[in-house]
Amino acid sequence: MDNLQILLDAPIFSVQLLIDGLLVGAIFALVAYGMALVWGVMNIINICQGEYVMLGGFITYLLFSWGISPFVGIPVAFVVLYLVGWLTYRVVICRVVEQDLFISILATFGISILLQQLMNQLFTADVQTAEAGLGTAFLFNNMVTVPWVKVVGFVLALSVGVVLVLFMGRSRMGQAIRATAQNARAARIMGIDTDRVYAVTYSINAAICGAAGALVVMTWVVQAFQGLAYTVRSFMIVVVAGIGNLPGVVVAGLGLGAAESYAGFLLGAEFQTAFIFSLLVVILLWRNYRLRAQRKVLR
Amino acid sequence: MSVRRFSPYLAALASALLLGSAGSAGAAESITLGAAVSETGKYSTNGKHTRNGYNLAIKRINEMGGVNVGGKSYQLKIIYYDDESTPARGAQLAERLIKQDGVKYMLGPYSSGLTKAIAPVTEKYGIPMVEGNGASRSLFNKGYKYLFAVLSTSEQYLAEAVNLAAENAGKLGKSASDVTVALAMENDPFSQDIRAGVLDDAKRHGMKVVIDDKLPKDLSDMAATLTKVKALKPDLLIVSGHSKGAALAQRQSSDMKVDVPMLAMTHCEAAKVQDKFPGISDYTLCATQWASTMSYSDKWFGSASDYANTFRAEYEGYTVVPYQAAESTASVLVWADAFERAGSLDTDALRDALAATEMQTFYGNIKFAPTGQNVAKPMALRQIIGGKYKVVAPSKWAEIPVVFPKPTWAER
Repeated sequence: MDNLQILLDAPIFSVQLLIDGLLVGAIFALVAYGMALVWGVMNIINICQGEYVMLGGFITYLLFSWGISPFVGIPVAFVVLYLVGWLTYRVVICRVVEQDLFISILATFGISILLQQLMNQLFTADVQTAEAGLGTAFLFNNMVTVPWVKVVGFVLALSVGVVLVLFMGRSRMGQAIRATAQNARAARIMGIDTDRVYAVTYSINAAICGAAGALVVMTWVVQAFQGLAYTVRSFMIVVVAGIGNLPGVVVAGLGLGAAESYAGFLLGAEFQTAFIFSLLVVILLWRNYRLRAQRKVLR
Repeated sequence: MSVRRFSPYLAALASALLLGSAGSAGAAESITLGAAVSETGKYSTNGKHTRNGYNLAIKRINEMGGVNVGGKSYQLKIIYYDDESTPARGAQLAERLIKQDGVKYMLGPYSSGLTKAIAPVTEKYGIPMVEGNGASRSLFNKGYKYLFAVLSTSEQYLAEAVNLAAENAGKLGKSASDVTVALAMENDPFSQDIRAGVLDDAKRHGMKVVIDDKLPKDLSDMAATLTKVKALKPDLLIVSGHSKGAALAQRQSSDMKVDVPMLAMTHCEAAKVQDKFPGISDYTLCATQWASTMSYSDKWFGSASDYANTFRAEYEGYTVVPYQAAESTASVLVWADAFERAGSLDTDALRDALAATEMQTFYGNIKFAPTGQNVAKPMALRQIIGGKYKVVAPSKWAEIPVVFPKPTWAER
C-alpha cells in the first residue's frame, strides 16, 4: 500500500493517472465502437479487430518511413482499411454472417492469423513507431505531463464518435443499418439491401480500427502479433456497455482506461490486466443480480 | 507414364539421398547439422539474424576447406526447419530432425523458450546441441549433459549496470547503499532471470529497490509504471521487455519527461532505438553479449571488427551487426573446433570434446561449465551517444567513461 500513500501525499499524480487513463481509454473506445457496431448489426464478434488496428498502424508507419507526416496516415489508414474490410466481407464474412455465432468467431479468428502472418511477412516482426513530433504539454508546474499526440488521439476519437452517431441517426445508410440491426428479415422485406448494409457496416468498422491504429503507432508501438490486446479490450468494453449501447461504449472505454491506469499504479503492472478482468466479472455479476431483481418485480 | 521412364530419376534421387546422409562414402562428404529456427511468428526477425549467423559460419568454414576430422576433410551444411516461434512446434521439429533426417549434431533455435522445448528432445536421444540464443538460467539447472551455450546467461545481462551505478554513486552525492533502483521487467523467464541477477547485485551493494513491476506479455502502455518512477525518483531505472518493452520505455519516458540518472535496458539493438528515437535514445545504457569493438579474434574471421565487416558485406540492410548473429556464428565455430579435436563423428566422443572446449572466437572466450553455460565471457554494457553505441563496461573494453547522471530532459 506504499503506492496508495504516494497518491495521498501527492494527489497531483492522481491527476496524471486520470488524464493518462482517459486519453488511453478514448483510443480503446474507438476500437470498441467498431466492434459494437458489427456485433449489434451483424451478430458477429470480430476477433480480427486488433489486427485491423495493427494494419492501420503499419500503414501509417510505412507513410512515415517515406517521409510523410503520420497525421496523413489517419485518413489513409481509414480509407485503406475500409477497402480491406470490404474485401474481407466479400470473400469471407458474407458467407458466415447469418450463420451460427461460433462459425463467425472461427472465421474471424482465421482472418486474424492470416493478417498476423501477412504483416509479419510484409513488415517483419520488428516493433515499429512513427514520431508525430508534437512534443509534450506541461501542467501544474511541470508535475503533470501530457504528450500532445495523446490529446490529438482523444479529440479525434471523440469526433469520430460524434460523426458516427450523426451518420447512424441522419443518413439513409445509417437508418438502413439500424433497421437491419433491429430485424434483418423485415428490413429486407422493406426493400433494404441487407447484404450491402452488412458490407458497409463491416468496412466502417475496419476503417475505424485503421484510424485508431494510426493513433496507436504515434502514441505507443505496433507489432504484427500485438493485436489481441486490442481485441480483448474492445470486447470487454462492449460487454460492459451492452450491445447496441453506442454512447455507453464511449463511457465504458474511458472508465476502463482510467481504472486500468490506477490499477497499474497501485497494484503494479502485473495486475493491471488481471484487475480489469476481475472488474468485468464483478460488473457482470452485479448486472445479473439487478436483472433478477427486476424479473422478480415483473412476476 | 511407366515406372521405367522414371527409374533413372529414381536412381539419381536415391543416390543423392545416400550421398547426402552424413558419413557415407564418396567424394562430396559432408557433415549435416540440424536447426529449427523461427522464420515466421514473433521471433522471425531474430530468427533471421540467427540463420544469417549460422550460414556465414558455414560458408567461411567450407571456403577454408571444411573441418578436418581424423585426417579427412568434411564440408558442413545445415538442415533448417521453421519452428513458427512456438515451443511445441520446435520440439516436434527437433524430433523430426533427429529421427527422420538422421541429424546427429544440433544447433540451437532462437530464444530461451524454444531452447527449453528442444533441449529435452536432444537430451533424450543423446544428441549434442550447441546454442547461442537461449540465455535463461533455467536451462542450466536441469542437469542437461548435451546442451552447450556460448552466450552469457541472462542473470548477468544488467548486473553490470547496478555495479556501474554503485561505482558512480559519488557523482550524485550519495554512497552506493543510498542508491535507489526501479525495475520494470516482463513477466517471462528470461526477463525474470535478469531481474534476479539485478536484485542480487543491488542487495550486495545494499541498494533499495523502490519499484518492482512485472510487465505483462501483452504490454501496450507503460504510463502507470513511469508515473510511479516520476513520483519516487529512483537513481536507476532498469527495463527488460524484449523489443516492445525497450521501444515503449524509450518513447514514453521521453513523452512523459521522466528523469532518471541512469536508464538501462535490454534489446536496444533489436528495437533499433538509436534509429527510431534519434536524440531521445542518447545516454541509454544497453546490455550486449558482444560488440564489434572488442579485442577478441580467431582463425576463421579474424578480429571482432573483421567479422562485423564480413557480415555487413554478406548481408544487406545491417548497420550494426546484432549480437544474435555473432553468437550464432560462434556456435558453429564451437562445433568445428569440437569435430577437429574429437577426430571422430561419434556423438559421445563429440559431447566430451565439446565439454572440454577452451577456445577464443571473435565473439569471446568459450569454456563450458559442467552444466553447459559459457563461463569465460562477460556481458558488456554500451551507452548510446549521438546515436552510436559506445562500450562503457567492463572497463577493459570501455571506449568512453559512462555519462552519469544523464542530463535531464530540460537540459537536453
